[in-house]
Amino acid sequence: MNILSFLRPKSTLPTAEQAKERLKIVLAHERSYASAPDYLPRLQNEILQVIARYVELEQDKLTVKLENFGSTSRLEVNIDLPKTAASVVAGPASQADRKSDDPDAAADEPATDARAVL
Amino acid sequence: MGKVIVMTSGKGGVGKTTTSAAFSAGLASRGHKTVVIDFDVGLRNLDLIMGCERRVVFDFVHVINGDARLNQALIRDKRLEHLYILPTSQTRDKDALTREGVERVLTELREQFEYIICDSPAGIERGALMALYFADEAIIVTNPEVSSVRDSDRILGVLQSRSRRAEEGLDPVREHLLLSRYDPERVERGEMMKVDDVLEILAIPLLGVIPESRSVLKASNVGTPVILDPQSAAGDAYRDAVGRFLGESLPFRFMRPERRGLFQRFLRRSA
Ligand SMILES: Nc1ncnc2c1ncn2[C@@H]1O[C@H](COP(=O)(O)OP(=O)(O)O)[C@@H](O)[C@H]1O
Ligand SMILES: [Mg+2]
Repeated sequence: MNILSFLRPKSTLPTAEQAKERLKIVLAHERSYASAPDYLPRLQNEILQVIARYVELEQDKLTVKLENFGSTSRLEVNIDLPKTAASVVAGPASQADRKSDDPDAAADEPATDARAVL
Repeated sequence: MGKVIVMTSGKGGVGKTTTSAAFSAGLASRGHKTVVIDFDVGLRNLDLIMGCERRVVFDFVHVINGDARLNQALIRDKRLEHLYILPTSQTRDKDALTREGVERVLTELREQFEYIICDSPAGIERGALMALYFADEAIIVTNPEVSSVRDSDRILGVLQSRSRRAEEGLDPVREHLLLSRYDPERVERGEMMKVDDVLEILAIPLLGVIPESRSVLKASNVGTPVILDPQSAAGDAYRDAVGRFLGESLPFRFMRPERRGLFQRFLRRSA
């Protein structure tokens, strides 16, 4: 990324550059999973099942990330926890259209960020 | 009760995913509650074309295995209020899609959505069979090219013998031809089969002709269905096709070479 790219809004980046940026992000994620231990998908699922017993899991209030550090890797599960007890596992999940790591989206409802680093 | 529509072709790389993205966005932008499902297990790509690749935690296979509920895996499109995406899994497990699992998910989706678009993988193996098995309608995506037309013919045979509607003796799957990557200039030069040639061979109703268009690559670069690009000829052609699908009778466009500039037209006329 060069300095100029901060000066112009993202949407005016040439589309080929946007393609490259998107690919870099998605491939970094997928490659880290490809080199992860076989049990990882099950482990991740079980962690999410446990969390789901306490809060309504919504795709957009949840990020799961695996990062590689040489011989180890770190699984990071981030969830937005609503502060009110009322929203504990009840009713159908209504999909909120935001990502938990989107800073501008966090303001409309009080939430704690739970972060499990394994 | 929602309608299940499969985008299928036999051959790969003909435009099924491009069409699935365009059609689902087109139906949703007209107010129809629509979900588009990626059936290409192991080679997830619809998420990239729809621009929601960073939002996927749960997928189709999680739902089938009972590891997530359907509503947890559905991704709401950020541009169109009536559009949802159900991404597929990257698993290498070929048997991830079971017929019972797919049926359960589709039954639940039929209750919530008007249209359920199934983006089929290439081939006539399990994934492609799963994508078409429960279809009410099929959009056969074909390029004006020999191997694509032959594969489309194969897949029509599969629809007529191995779909649920065929097996249970119900009304047959309604078939539509979508001719894509059409290049009128090459047709004019006699280098590419024309619409009528393909229609004569496949003999199914024509839903649309999508021109070969540079805007398709640009749309995929940024993760926006091409139908949302108001400047794109392919976008216009997809909008027409969606209109026809919904029962409008619209003239076919983009079947003749683009009008040349004034100067060139003058030259041609005087020639
Ligand atoms: N109308 C079109 N004009 C130009 N390129 C197209 C068009 N339709 C599809 N493509 C390109 O063809 C390739 C295959 O399309 P895709 O939708 O992924 O096919 P499939 O899902 O059948 O494998 C992609 O690179 C896409 O950008
Ligand atoms: Mg595809």
